[in-house]
Amino acid sequence: MRARLLPMLAGVLFAAAAHAQGYAGLGTDAEGYGVVSPDYRLTFPRDHQPHPEFRIEWWYVTANLSGPDGAPLGLQWTLFRQAVRPPGDTDADGWASPQVWMGHAAVTTAREHRVAETFARGGVGQAGVTAGPFEAWIDDWAMTAADDSLDRLRLRARGADFSYDLTLRAEGPLVPQGQDGYSVKSAAGQASHYYSQPFYSARGTVTLDGRGIDVSGRAWLDREWSSQPLTGAQTGWDWFALHLPDGAKLMAYRLRSADGSAYVPGTWIAADGTPTPLADGVLEIEPLAWHRAEGGEIPVRWRVRYPDRGLDLTVAALNPDSFMTTAFPYWEGPVSYTGTHRGEGYLEMTGYRDD
Amino acid sequence: MTGFGTLLATLLSHWRRRPWQLLALVVGLAAATALWSGVQALNAQARASYDRAAAVLGGDRFAAITGPGGQAVSVADYAALRRAGWRVSPVLDGSWQAGGDRFRLLGVEPLTLPAGAPGGGRIGTEADLVAFVTPPYRLIGSPETLARLPAGAWATRADPELPPGVLIADIALADRLLARDGRIDRLLVAPEQPGGLPPPDTLTGTGLTLTPPDESSDLAQLTDSFHLNLTAFGFLSFVVGLFIVHSTIGLAFEQRRPMVRTLRALGVGRWRLTGALLAELLVLATVAAALGMALGYGIAGALLPDVAASLRGLYGAELPGELGLRAGWWLTGFAMALAGTLVAALSALWRLHRLPVLAAAQTEAWYGAQLRTLRLQAALAAALALAAAALAWRGEGLGAGFALMAAVMLAAVLALPPVLALVLTLARRRARTPVAEWFVAESRAQIGGVSLALMALLLALSVNIGVGAMVSSFRATFLDWLDQRLAAELYVRGADAGQAAAMTAWLQDRPEVLAVLPIQSVELSRGGYPYFLHGIRDDAMYRESWPLLQAAEAPWDRVADGSGVLVSEQFARAAGLALGDRLTPGGAGPAWTPEVVGIYPDYGNPTGQAITSHARLTARWALPPPTRFAVRLTDGATPQVVAALNQRFALGPEQAVDQAALKAVSRQVFERTFAVTLALNVLTFAVAGLALLISLLTLAGMRLPQLAPLWALGLTRARLARLELVRALLLALVTAALAVPLGVLVAWILLAVVNVEAFGWRIPLRHYPGQWLQLGALAMVTASLAAALPARRLGRTPPALLLRVFSDAR
Repeated sequence: MRARLLPMLAGVLFAAAAHAQGYAGLGTDAEGYGVVSPDYRLTFPRDHQPHPEFRIEWWYVTANLSGPDGAPLGLQWTLFRQAVRPPGDTDADGWASPQVWMGHAAVTTAREHRVAETFARGGVGQAGVTAGPFEAWIDDWAMTAADDSLDRLRLRARGADFSYDLTLRAEGPLVPQGQDGYSVKSAAGQASHYYSQPFYSARGTVTLDGRGIDVSGRAWLDREWSSQPLTGAQTGWDWFALHLPDGAKLMAYRLRSADGSAYVPGTWIAADGTPTPLADGVLEIEPLAWHRAEGGEIPVRWRVRYPDRGLDLTVAALNPDSFMTTAFPYWEGPVSYTGTHRGEGYLEMTGYRDD
Repeated sequence: MTGFGTLLATLLSHWRRRPWQLLALVVGLAAATALWSGVQALNAQARASYDRAAAVLGGDRFAAITGPGGQAVSVADYAALRRAGWRVSPVLDGSWQAGGDRFRLLGVEPLTLPAGAPGGGRIGTEADLVAFVTPPYRLIGSPETLARLPAGAWATRADPELPPGVLIADIALADRLLARDGRIDRLLVAPEQPGGLPPPDTLTGTGLTLTPPDESSDLAQLTDSFHLNLTAFGFLSFVVGLFIVHSTIGLAFEQRRPMVRTLRALGVGRWRLTGALLAELLVLATVAAALGMALGYGIAGALLPDVAASLRGLYGAELPGELGLRAGWWLTGFAMALAGTLVAALSALWRLHRLPVLAAAQTEAWYGAQLRTLRLQAALAAALALAAAALAWRGEGLGAGFALMAAVMLAAVLALPPVLALVLTLARRRARTPVAEWFVAESRAQIGGVSLALMALLLALSVNIGVGAMVSSFRATFLDWLDQRLAAELYVRGADAGQAAAMTAWLQDRPEVLAVLPIQSVELSRGGYPYFLHGIRDDAMYRESWPLLQAAEAPWDRVADGSGVLVSEQFARAAGLALGDRLTPGGAGPAWTPEVVGIYPDYGNPTGQAITSHARLTARWALPPPTRFAVRLTDGATPQVVAALNQRFALGPEQAVDQAALKAVSRQVFERTFAVTLALNVLTFAVAGLALLISLLTLAGMRLPQLAPLWALGLTRARLARLELVRALLLALVTAALAVPLGVLVAWILLAVVNVEAFGWRIPLRHYPGQWLQLGALAMVTASLAAALPARRLGRTPPALLLRVFSDAR
């Protein structure tokens, strides 16, 4: 049953993409949900909290770590929130809450890719995000802070064959993506509210098959919410989060359309956290090599170019089989790059399924 | 000797000359097979239905977490467990009433439901899932179940795989429909859990208990007693039928002794002959079994609606209305019939097998030399009686109840021939005339021949008396109880809270209305046993007429002040509650452990029940306003109040039900519940009557050599015929007289042992001499009918035939 039910749930959770097809483009009234606006100003710590009036939202952490032997290891902690109907239309207490939560966790080494996922209904305390102090959780997976900021976090999750417990420490400011946190997803105007904390240092323990490994490295948090992030014609995305050697960061994504075209915006984040939004066309991203992974044919080597800053990187997956065999399957894993610079980061790719 | 075929043809020629005997054999075996296989078909049908329900609902394949004593779990505790890593999923499971019909409503949470869990895999496609978890939600059920819902009232989705009467809904909808207000009936524990989890109770401190899989009582277990009951009846008639088969085969083989001797003298080997006889039996048994199976299928089909009604009424178990045919049923039916035939024929076959070629023909050999047999029977009967006494004293459980019944019946049946012999020995001392002396001696000599038929008659009579007494006792008790229990003159139900409030206000303003009493309850469970806690408003109606089996001091005051609860008899027995014990119903507010201050009968209710005050109930559970009320009216005011109510509120059907109508419905439920028992009872009796008829018919043919000398001594054929008739009646009378105490004993076992184990209630035994007389008369009629035909034949036997007896003896 699980095999049948969970893809359905993923359908519900990511209904935004599917439902948007009927609207083909206009980021206007999404069936009674909250509407993303360029005039909205991010306010903290308020915006660390959920925005239940929007259809979909996530708290997304990826970390590039290494063990005592220097071997690279990546991990992911994600909490998704999805409203299955606009809030406030009927009684939304307890079991009748329209909110559904989904958690994904993964640990990736060069040879292993361990995945876990879990689901929860809102309104009953099984999952949620609260302030005073900040806490985001689903089951026994949690991202907790001592206060309402995201400056110091403890991150925990466990699956059948792995678990981790990390502390994150922000070494730089929060960074709004796009125009002051208004991130455009298509030429037609689809958008989301989006900010990141890309400056975490991370330290902790990853346990694989009962064996604890002390790890340290850096982590990146993404916060994003929207009611209609993609157009119906967009088939998927390739998202890059790269740590540059001088402390700068590059966030870029490539939203693919069914007609073969792509929309490629990004943000250049200076070492002091100053963001520079990059319009479509500034970056050049192209796949170099494909790999037959569980979900389909997937590009696992990329060329990322940012000519204005003399960047020409060849990005390669640490483990080409970093496929998230979750109800909504996608590829997510640590990468390293060479070329004009050398470093590491994370890559997420969706929409490559065969079916 | 040419071949096996010729041999078989020779043997079979016996049946051609005695078609009655053939008929007796086939009818006896078919009757034995019919009832047995009919009952088995019903049981198989029910089990398949339970299995299907279990496969779909599968509740017992998962460990479960419940509150203390099987109570509900709070949402906070659920969240606490999940946050500690426990992979658990909440389930609501309750009985829900819609449109006057009850359903089992299962509320599931699809996001956390473990694979293969109850309700899993039933939700359908992605769009269905969204609809399932989003208002107006969906009720999923089989098409027949959905058809029972009020038309158009609910969004539904049909799933033919679901068992009848079961609805599956999202937990949010079920929570509302079952008025759970966040209470979770149980948490299903996924089979795979992370390591090192703390025990549930240490996490919440609310006494949560983890129940391993399979321990919760399920439908199959619950209804076992009912099926055991049916099986016992089926087996009884099987045994009675085998009595017929045994006596017929015995007689037929006896009569073929000369033929066998001749065949042996002609050189047919002992084994070859036995093989031929066995082949003949198997052919006959197969034909008879096929007839019996067909008949059994018919019986099962005819009884199915009543069985289904019984199971629904007694246990809330649902059965589909169409009888399925299963290969296993055919095979076991035939196997039973063949094995039964072999057992019944074994002694006769053995004796023919060992028959010396040169032994003289002794017609009485089969039923003669009975003194040793009688002693053996008496000894066996005594041993069984001792075993029965031990079982009555120490036995526990339904199995012991039926074992007790079997021991008592077998003891009685085995004691019958010795007792009859004793009676006749005593009578012989009193015989003054030669004819009378001959009559008694002849009767005694016949015991061996007819004893099997009389045994069957004794069994059937005593079971009839026993079951009749049980059903009648139950009916009388039930009707008394109904009168007391349904004390209010009128029962009304508001379509919604608003209408209910308006009706209450309207009723309270009328002068002929004495009281309007709310009827409201919550479903709870204790140790896995579900029960409804009802809240009642203190009223003279309850104090004066509510029947109590046991009560502490001032029970109604204790209920009114909340310190006491009343519990139903079934609940008390199932949960092991006695007066003075404490219940922990839970609910909101400070700890509440009311004492059991009374136990009341609650016949025919599949679930447990307890009663507290209405104030206490509504204080501890956030219930919607009551919509159902009992209304007490002044004498004779009911029709006008109902009419006025209807006029004022345009009531739908069953919104206002008067006492008489409710009693009629209850009575109907009762009658249906016992319809199966009574039908099987009648059928068993019919088989026993048939056994007697066939025994006497077959014996009649052998009687001639004994009667010829008497005729020669001057007794007329008419007088001889009369004497034969009197003898049959006398034997039947003694049997019937013995059946009365045995029947009372059977009734006692049924009421005091079997019913208590099977249904959880005990009914006082009442005696019905009228029924005894009726049954006695019926036995006499059967016996005289059975004896009349041979007697008539005897009266008309040509003297030449009687004379030939003497010439043949040479």
